[in-house]
Amino acid sequence: MCLAVPGKITSISADDPLMRTGQVSFGGIFKEVNLAYVPEAKINDYVITHVGFAISVLNEEEAHRVFDTLNQLNALDEPENPTP
Amino acid sequence: MNKKEGNISVDTFSCPLPINSSSLITLAHGGGGKLTQQLIEQLFRPAFNNPELETQHDGAVFEIPPAKLAFTTDSYVVRPLIFPGGNIGNLAVNGTVNDLAMCGARPLYLTAAFILEEGLPVETLWTIVQSMKKSADHAGVNIVTGDTKVVDKGKGDGIFINTSGVGVIEHNLTIHPKSIQPGDVVLLSGDIGRHGIAIMAVREGLGFQSQIESDCAAVSNLVQSLIDADIEIHCMRDLTRGGLATALIEMAQTSKVSINITETEIPVREDVKGACEILGLDPLYVANEGQFVAFVKADHAKHALDVMQKNQLGGPAKIIGTVKEAPQETVILKTKIGTLRMLDMLSGEQLPRIC
Amino acid sequence: MKFVDEYRKSKQANQFADAIRRCVTRSWTLMEICGGQTHSIAKYSLQDLLPEKISLLHGPGCPVCVTPVTLIDKAVHIAALPDVIFCSFGDMLRVPGSREDLLTVKSKGGDLRIVYSPMDALKIAQDNPQKEVVFFAIGFETTAPANAMAIYKAKSDGIKNISFLVSQVIVPPAIRTILDSPENRVQGFLAAGHVCTVMGYREYEPISKDYCIPIVVTGFEPLDILQGIYLCVKQLEEGRAEVENQYSRSVRKEGNLPAQKIIQEVFQIVPRHWRGIGEIAQSGLGLREPYTQFDAENKFSCEVHSQERSTECISGLVLQGIKKPNECQAFGKSCTPESPLGATMVSTEGACAAYHRYQSVRS
Repeated sequence: MCLAVPGKITSISADDPLMRTGQVSFGGIFKEVNLAYVPEAKINDYVITHVGFAISVLNEEEAHRVFDTLNQLNALDEPENPTP
Repeated sequence: MNKKEGNISVDTFSCPLPINSSSLITLAHGGGGKLTQQLIEQLFRPAFNNPELETQHDGAVFEIPPAKLAFTTDSYVVRPLIFPGGNIGNLAVNGTVNDLAMCGARPLYLTAAFILEEGLPVETLWTIVQSMKKSADHAGVNIVTGDTKVVDKGKGDGIFINTSGVGVIEHNLTIHPKSIQPGDVVLLSGDIGRHGIAIMAVREGLGFQSQIESDCAAVSNLVQSLIDADIEIHCMRDLTRGGLATALIEMAQTSKVSINITETEIPVREDVKGACEILGLDPLYVANEGQFVAFVKADHAKHALDVMQKNQLGGPAKIIGTVKEAPQETVILKTKIGTLRMLDMLSGEQLPRIC
Repeated sequence: MKFVDEYRKSKQANQFADAIRRCVTRSWTLMEICGGQTHSIAKYSLQDLLPEKISLLHGPGCPVCVTPVTLIDKAVHIAALPDVIFCSFGDMLRVPGSREDLLTVKSKGGDLRIVYSPMDALKIAQDNPQKEVVFFAIGFETTAPANAMAIYKAKSDGIKNISFLVSQVIVPPAIRTILDSPENRVQGFLAAGHVCTVMGYREYEPISKDYCIPIVVTGFEPLDILQGIYLCVKQLEEGRAEVENQYSRSVRKEGNLPAQKIIQEVFQIVPRHWRGIGEIAQSGLGLREPYTQFDAENKFSCEVHSQERSTECISGLVLQGIKKPNECQAFGKSCTPESPLGATMVSTEGACAAYHRYQSVRS
């Protein structure tokens, strides 16, 4: 389940907190997204969006962790050809 | 409003019907009497404006040099009638022109038959007809004969259009699925998915603020540049409903070959990608209206790419794959992560998903 | 697209595959819970990157697949009524009911509209005061906050002409049901990253402990899934059984508290029938008392006589990971995406549809 996509907040309309919405860019296409569940979100944050609602603010530091792990794995690895 | 082709705004044309006429299409407009005549004389004929139409005969009569002909027909039922980058009218003209181009023919003449729904604003019809004329001019074709019927309100969808087209083949290539051979290279004329997303953007419930316009365009000029450059084209197919994947699967089945393509070579604009991501759509299956694949002899591929990329429409063109010997008539995609998977035909229209 | 494309790269995918290959010494069977993960595994042929010792089973995390046939029949019944605008996510349109699906109702003239968000249904209700709008509120915990908000706003804004046909299910009881089955083969789980984005992963800790099974909260991109598998296999090889969070760019242990708050405001835990599996206690969300006025099952009296059309369909066994789709007699023969016998062949993330559509060249 749960198709949710990261998009960048480009503007926020600060109305009633339940209907706080933002214009979010997904590769240049903009959708109005409800930000009620991410009160900490700011402009330029990336939010994970599902059915028009932001469900989390993407943690950019953690986002790099996948690649840090890979670097560590490479450091442990003897040189060998990657599987085609 | 479609302002794309020729930088002429349709806003500058005022509707030519007399002011005291009804502003909506009525059943009487399809009755064959005075109102039908008025529609033809004051809307269709001035819009399409060419010598063949002036004869006011039941059919168009014209001379063609001794040559092979290509002949095609298509019907158009798009919703909404007017969408970012086009409308049902120029979709119809470009679609039929492109089908002729895919046969390697130079398009010459088109027919246009309209089924109008009672209650359609005449202004809408005028916009669409003007747009058809612009597209026809751009493609170098004349709309030489046509028909109009009107159906009861609720029995149509605003407008249905059927266009047939005839073109002439002025070279010795046999551009046909049976000409495709193992070793042929597959070229794609440009980025995919724009038309389908442009339509989705204006559908109720799926709206997003987007600058994406349909890629609706005639590719005949681009094809002609390939023919003029003596590229040995074995086959071509324009991408419409079902997108790139469906077109390739159909080719593989018809030609009984296997086609290998590489996902990283397929151009998709970032905003189209974004829209596909949020709607859960695969761009490979999203509709196009101004792109085609060409199967060319392997040692002509580089030159073909060069010719396409130099053309106004073909800038984003890429080589996306090759044809292999069957045993299976399959399309195999090398994914972004380097694994292989077979592309399958969709059973119906791709629907937006949340899961 | 940032934070998407980077997780779909060949070099890094192969690096994870190599790491998995180096650490595995015996066969292991893992299950990814979420249909979105199944979809990704199939779309990117991830199984082809894994050593043969690693077997992936596909879990019941497909709300489309598990929505009971009675609810589909009720949806079909309501959507066919005059003066009703029936709104649904696209996923539900082709799911077979006892006799028809929603797409057939549309072709017969029912006013059926695909929406992207439950809030779009609310807007349609406001724009069409003379019609009754019904929204098919399906989903796991990921979708619950959105559905809850729409219901909450319907009440707070006094929108009377809308109701919700609710088919909300929750994951942890389903995991326990799978693990309790005598036929269970699952030795490690990839938990659903977006469900955990909303709910956190505290509730998986007792499961991991009780059944001594590793659970890795995993994302959806190829690198996420490969890393999730790597972490799970590593735990199994090292004899550990813990909850780990691979999808830390989105998931926090406590989850999304404002979202949980509104879920608790609008919904309560109820038993739910899972199509193909049966009733699982405390596995669903139903409307709390102040919101039952928005329950479409109350608003519309639907006497439906439901039964599964096919006795050949084994979707329940597939959803629990007891059988794989290609182990079904009907797979690809009497059951195809064009003529599906069960929901798992309809939903784009259903295991059967994924197997059929995304055929691996290696297999």
